[in-house]
Amino acid sequence: MSDMKRLAQLMGELEEQLVVCMRCGMCQAVCPLFAVTGKESDVARGKLALLDGLLNKMFENPKGVYERLNKCLLCGSCATNCPSGVKALEIFIKARVILAGFMGLSATKKIILRGMLSHPEVFDRLLEWGSKFQGLFTKPASDILGTSCSRIASPILNERHFVPLAKVPFHRIVPSMNTPAGSSGIKVAFFTGCLIDKIYPNVAQAVLDIFSFHGIGVFIPEGQGCCGIPAISSGDAESFEKLLLYNIEKYSSADFDYLVTACATCTSTIKKIWPLMVNTGSSDDLKSKVEKISGKTLDINQFLVSKIGVKSQDEEKTSKNNDDAVKVTYHDPCHLKKSLGVSDEPRMLIKANKGYSFIEMPEADWCCGMGGSFNLQYYEISADIGKRKIKNVKTAGAGVVATGCPACMIQISDMLSKADERIAVKHPVEIYAESLKKG
Amino acid sequence: MINSSLLKEFTDLLGRENVFTDKADLVTYSYDAAVLDPVVPAVILRPANYELVGKIVGLCNENSVPVTVRGAGTNLSGGTIPSANGVVLVTNALNNILEINEEDMYAVVQPGVITAKLAAAVEAKGLFYPPDPGSQAVSTIGGNVAENAGGLRGLKYGVTKDYVMGLKFFDAYGNDVKTGSRTVKCVTGYNLTGLMVGSEGTLGVIYEVILKLIPLPSHRKSMVAVFDETAKATETVAAIIAGRIVPATLELMDNFTIRAVEKFSKAGLPLDAAALLLIEVDGYPAQVEEDAEKIESICRKKGATSLRVAKDASERDKIWAARRGALSALAQLKPTLVLEDATVPRSKIPEMVRAIEDIGKRYNLAIGTFGHAGDGNLHPTILTDKRNKEEWKRVEDAIKEIFEKALALGGTLSGEHGIGLAKSRFLKNEIGAGAILFSKNIKSALDPKNILNPGKIIGE
Repeated sequence: MSDMKRLAQLMGELEEQLVVCMRCGMCQAVCPLFAVTGKESDVARGKLALLDGLLNKMFENPKGVYERLNKCLLCGSCATNCPSGVKALEIFIKARVILAGFMGLSATKKIILRGMLSHPEVFDRLLEWGSKFQGLFTKPASDILGTSCSRIASPILNERHFVPLAKVPFHRIVPSMNTPAGSSGIKVAFFTGCLIDKIYPNVAQAVLDIFSFHGIGVFIPEGQGCCGIPAISSGDAESFEKLLLYNIEKYSSADFDYLVTACATCTSTIKKIWPLMVNTGSSDDLKSKVEKISGKTLDINQFLVSKIGVKSQDEEKTSKNNDDAVKVTYHDPCHLKKSLGVSDEPRMLIKANKGYSFIEMPEADWCCGMGGSFNLQYYEISADIGKRKIKNVKTAGAGVVATGCPACMIQISDMLSKADERIAVKHPVEIYAESLKKG
Repeated sequence: MINSSLLKEFTDLLGRENVFTDKADLVTYSYDAAVLDPVVPAVILRPANYELVGKIVGLCNENSVPVTVRGAGTNLSGGTIPSANGVVLVTNALNNILEINEEDMYAVVQPGVITAKLAAAVEAKGLFYPPDPGSQAVSTIGGNVAENAGGLRGLKYGVTKDYVMGLKFFDAYGNDVKTGSRTVKCVTGYNLTGLMVGSEGTLGVIYEVILKLIPLPSHRKSMVAVFDETAKATETVAAIIAGRIVPATLELMDNFTIRAVEKFSKAGLPLDAAALLLIEVDGYPAQVEEDAEKIESICRKKGATSLRVAKDASERDKIWAARRGALSALAQLKPTLVLEDATVPRSKIPEMVRAIEDIGKRYNLAIGTFGHAGDGNLHPTILTDKRNKEEWKRVEDAIKEIFEKALALGGTLSGEHGIGLAKSRFLKNEIGAGAILFSKNIKSALDPKNILNPGKIIGE
């Protein structure tokens, strides 16, 4: 029992945030996981009640609570729609750190997070090897989506149709960069992010093309690391902090006006989670560095629209009546719309290409079901949530679905490929970059 | 008691995935939205078809195990707080709209259908299901029927009971009972439908509901009237009703609530207003115009300092977004929010609002008052922190006094939230010993082992 007392004490730091929940249950309306399972422990209200239970020493061991706390997409839909303003996402991340610290990380997570992820050079090397050999175990599944599936029964790949690792990751194409501001007078630091680096280097390339077109100076440090979200969402504060320090050092070495990423999750991690987690016991020097960088961080769509002034083409000129125009719809990544309130800008960027005609899909901001490690741990539920997204994509009747997050791109590609849909998945910057090439 | 053999029977019936016994699951079904202590049940059952519901109830009765039915768990009076050692029967897997009949204007639904989803499905066919409780985005029809839920449109369109044409339910023994019909008129047998609506799960377990639908009104007009004294606003409410006008909604918001809403939503509400009335009329265009004009002139006569009519749908949406945001905005101010729903005859609204203001002052409590003034159903909302024991005592005393005042004015303890656990000790003050004895006789005749949601309404 004394152990549970100690845990209750640790949970004490969340008490003031936990009491805000009045159990009204409105989170049930927006939780993508609850919509599939109907189980109270899957929705924010249930999880908050469980954390309250730990605080009030209702449990003999925290295992059941920990399991249920981890069964969450961390999409933030509940927090965005909470009538009482409960900061559910923040609470869940902090609680994962407390519980992981109390119970210890699983052996697998230790190997992945502490052995690989938090050593960027090791992580890069391993995945490059993976890229060389993946063809032995996988075969192409869809040409239009570029997905593959497993050749052999595999417990990890399961039924997935995944977008394979790129032959050459972005950091091999452009190991580093430091160019002065051009005609725009603006210089940005570009944070590539693991998924864009290793799976979608073409997205990073599109970003560089756009920067060059608009005369924007670019700083890319050599050997940048992961933003830390896989670590912190597993409650691994140690690896998270290591990555945070690593990145802060990399990006503090140059002057730039904005730090820009094309990954919704990296942006929201740098902007929201870095300052949130650095607040507990870090040095003032680190705090101010983090504050400075996260204050300058912008999503690429938001940056191009608000700082560079990219505008949509006039409705009439765009392609409403143009039969050649490619119909495109857009999925709102949770980490863009719900975390950062960015939803108009990516649409404007897409509409800036007159070769496309934009169609809104129903429930564009309903989570795609990816949720990072959630997809690895609960693939079936993740796929069920994804099917709802695909249904909405199909309702829109578009040939392309765009989204501003590589993780969503992976999930939507998997779902479309398995459903045999010939609908391509693109990042808004790819669509915008195409328009620049055409002149 | 739930022993291992009963548990095995449940598991055989429902499948392991629909029977939860882990402590971490049980705790998540120990509460609802009422400010009451949670009670951890013994097992959670989530049947995937209605036949299983009857079997579960039968088994519970044989084994004398209490069973509490739960939809979305948004109850505000503790009606879904289970018994320790009891079963929680979750209905959200029974969520099919079985029929929407456009010719005869009714819908047949399972209890787990979400209110807002039904309303949208019906509206897509040009029909209207008016009851719109505040929790409609998540609340279930089963829960709405069991609680006789109300909403913003009660004044003109009535509440859930006015739309229930018939029911199917299982009695305490698990016997299948059918009542009412798909016809507009039906006097066959006892009015068991009437008995079941609002019975809070104490008399049977509903598994199918026939709901009346009406044509969707073709026109709507919304307006906001601003008052510099609360009394002027409440007198306007009484005058509109006395003027034989029936708006679809007639909502009041006091200054405390206005400031809270404005703080969080920046909706452009006048911060210096003592009170606002938010009014909507609907129907045929000519009638809508005539009603709106009459209301406007009453508002001016009673001293409204300004009156704004929504020009288009987006302005109209803004008005109602502000109203719907009221509870949320208040909820952000303090950790604990106690939402009351004592209701008075409409002519007594001015007196009741004065009394609530006075009670708030005397007990030194923050009370925001908003709500369905047009049907006499106010929502005095007390903001507090339950952990502050001294203040919590004052809250309880203030609630008691609000109840006493409502009853003294010929009103009722609860307009739409139900009695549940929260108000059962006050029940005799309103309905008297005779009605309680009669209710207890009904309960013990129909449910001799007292397994159906024990403790709710009439106590243990």
